[in-house]
Amino acid sequence: MATSTTALEAIDVTDPSAHPPGPGLVYQWLTTVDHKKIGLMYIVYALLFLVVAGVQAMLMRIQLAVPNNHFVSPQTFNRLFTMHGTTMIFFVAVPVLFGFGNYLIPLMIGARDMAFPRLNAFSFWLSAFGGVLLYLSYFAGSGLYGAGSAPDVGWFAYAPLTSKVFSPGHSTDYWTLAVLLSGIGTTGTAVNIVATAFCMRCKGMTLMRMPLLVWLYTVASCMVFVVVSPLSAAQIMLCLDRYLGSHFFDTQAGGSAVLWMHFFWIFGHPEVYILILPTFAFINEIVPVFSRKAIFGYPAMVAASVGIGFVSLSVWAHHMFTVGMGPAGNTFFVFATMVVSVPTGIKMFNWLATIWGGKVIYSVPMLFSVGFLFQFLVAGLTGIMLSAAPFDWQLSASYFVVAHFHYVIVGGIMFSLFAAFYYWYPKMTGRMMSERLGKWHFWLFVIGFHLTFDFMHIPGLLGMPRRIYTYEAGRGWELWNFIVGIGAIVQGVATLIFVYNLVHSYFRGKEAGPDPWDAWTLEWATTSPPPGYNFAIQPTATSARPLWDLKHPEDQDSSYE
Amino acid sequence: MTQTTAIPISVDEQPWILPNKGIVGMWCLIAAEAAIFMIFVVAYVYYLGKSLSGPTPAQVLELPILGTICLLSSSLTVHAAVAALRKGTVRRCTLALAATVVLGSAFLLTTAKEWHHLIYEIGLTIRTNLFGTTYFSLVGLHATHVIVGLLLLTAALLFSLSGRVTEHHAERLEVLSLYWHFVDAVWVVVFLVVYVIGR
Repeated sequence: MATSTTALEAIDVTDPSAHPPGPGLVYQWLTTVDHKKIGLMYIVYALLFLVVAGVQAMLMRIQLAVPNNHFVSPQTFNRLFTMHGTTMIFFVAVPVLFGFGNYLIPLMIGARDMAFPRLNAFSFWLSAFGGVLLYLSYFAGSGLYGAGSAPDVGWFAYAPLTSKVFSPGHSTDYWTLAVLLSGIGTTGTAVNIVATAFCMRCKGMTLMRMPLLVWLYTVASCMVFVVVSPLSAAQIMLCLDRYLGSHFFDTQAGGSAVLWMHFFWIFGHPEVYILILPTFAFINEIVPVFSRKAIFGYPAMVAASVGIGFVSLSVWAHHMFTVGMGPAGNTFFVFATMVVSVPTGIKMFNWLATIWGGKVIYSVPMLFSVGFLFQFLVAGLTGIMLSAAPFDWQLSASYFVVAHFHYVIVGGIMFSLFAAFYYWYPKMTGRMMSERLGKWHFWLFVIGFHLTFDFMHIPGLLGMPRRIYTYEAGRGWELWNFIVGIGAIVQGVATLIFVYNLVHSYFRGKEAGPDPWDAWTLEWATTSPPPGYNFAIQPTATSARPLWDLKHPEDQDSSYE
Repeated sequence: MTQTTAIPISVDEQPWILPNKGIVGMWCLIAAEAAIFMIFVVAYVYYLGKSLSGPTPAQVLELPILGTICLLSSSLTVHAAVAALRKGTVRRCTLALAATVVLGSAFLLTTAKEWHHLIYEIGLTIRTNLFGTTYFSLVGLHATHVIVGLLLLTAALLFSLSGRVTEHHAERLEVLSLYWHFVDAVWVVVFLVVYVIGR
């Protein structure tokens, strides 16, 4: 592959940001407003929480591996699934995706930094503080008089369980405040991303030449405004209920538990799309590069993303079919949910059409992308099954639902994230990740993933409810739960290989050079890692693939636009 | 060289204009804030008439005509301030800003008076019933936004009094004025929901 292109001749290779030693380095990272450093801090912070929440998942799987197990107590189990869910969504998935966004968006649009660098740092530290606050609950959750405990109300925190009467002590307050802080931080970053995409593009980069990654992040960020804010509002109401004695969710005084469900799921379901759109974004960048073809149907991809953004705002109550909304409500949400699969299908076909006829290179990022395509399809199909209200009545709150959404989150989001790690790690550190370890990671993770989450559907179909801490023998669930547990261990081993690869490659990896994948977007037109100012000369975009144009002056994309 | 390649494509001469990032950022913030208010308004409407005990809105609420006039006219004055700054007449801008701060504070005073009446004379608090819960939180959330806006406007006023505001700051003041217009627009919704429909 080409290691030097005409684009790179313009790069100023003298890097003035020499690292000061010791305390100076810490001070530099604590006070930085540089989008690359903040992006890296987001990613590292999310990886730490990923390990914590992963250990929680392991503990739950050990508890459920055999019937009548007493490995953890019921109270501990409740805390485990609450903390696992809350951590994974708010302090792993959101920060890691925004971390990549922070790092990549300014580079991809040829900008010096985000639109509001200080707001960026503020948002990061707010989210980080939220995560720390959540885990402080382990030490201070029940106030001064207990040994402390973590929240145990589930990541959805249904009313009236969260009221002062049923959840005394402070554990629920820790949950509320941590989620509120994370929500404000997320909104701040979303404001930043939209403003950056609209106002910081380099010369020539019109909206229809923007890399699809930036488009998808922009759509996801616009969704954050209308989706995360309702959650923040609901958390404010819950705080008022718990601290000032108001009655929003107090059923004794006429308050409604169903209202909380609506408010939570108005956030909760579109949140899945906020998480999945950035992972679509990674696939949009990786699949073309490793198929050696331009993305198929760029305008259709943009339209489908915006379509997903709009439609996904009107599907939330499919989480509530068992509440009894009546035929009109049920019918609306069944159809709205099914309609989401149309723009998602457009994307799926466009990715396949991109791969079709390409010279596919099966490097680790591409392997994970192909895994994503297959697993996300299956996850979407069980999603369509669950969107039919009668089917949902039967299987709501069963392990089938757990298997479905873990298929989306692990099979879709995690796989695409791993692809992103292997793809952009050379840019962030200047070194390649080991391909050999990467392939071990991929195959072990695929096997572990399918052992766990394929077989998790079956106890659900056999009637195993979620959130139970143990079960009797003789219901036909033992074998499946045991297999699920084995799969969890395989995934754990694969993740350890990944973490080892991350650390090892940082010191021993092969030098990457500026453009190891022979890619076409602007982040590869600067050194790896990029200097503080990103580009010595402000780049100009002549098409959606500016680096292609520079590398192939005889056959420029711009001549086909 | 053929004739076609000699056609000059003057990409460089086209001006490259992007929207102002402050204004885009403020619109994003307004979208997020609007969603928060939406949820509080939905809660208010959903709980209308569902209180298990009195008092009801019809018994205790009166139309806040004076406060509404003050707040809505402050939108005009802040607009005048931005327009004056664009033309470079800093003196008029300062006067308009001062008028905005006075009108906003007057609105806040009428709200304070109403709350004092409700809490100390009627005995309606956030704990009394669902009406108290939703009323104080919705109106309180709006009043909080008014306070934030007033702090920012006062800062702008102090800067312009000390002579540090020039024509170049017009776009920044416009960002602030956008926020203030939003706070006023929310009041129109709150006024209709709480004092007209809800009564």
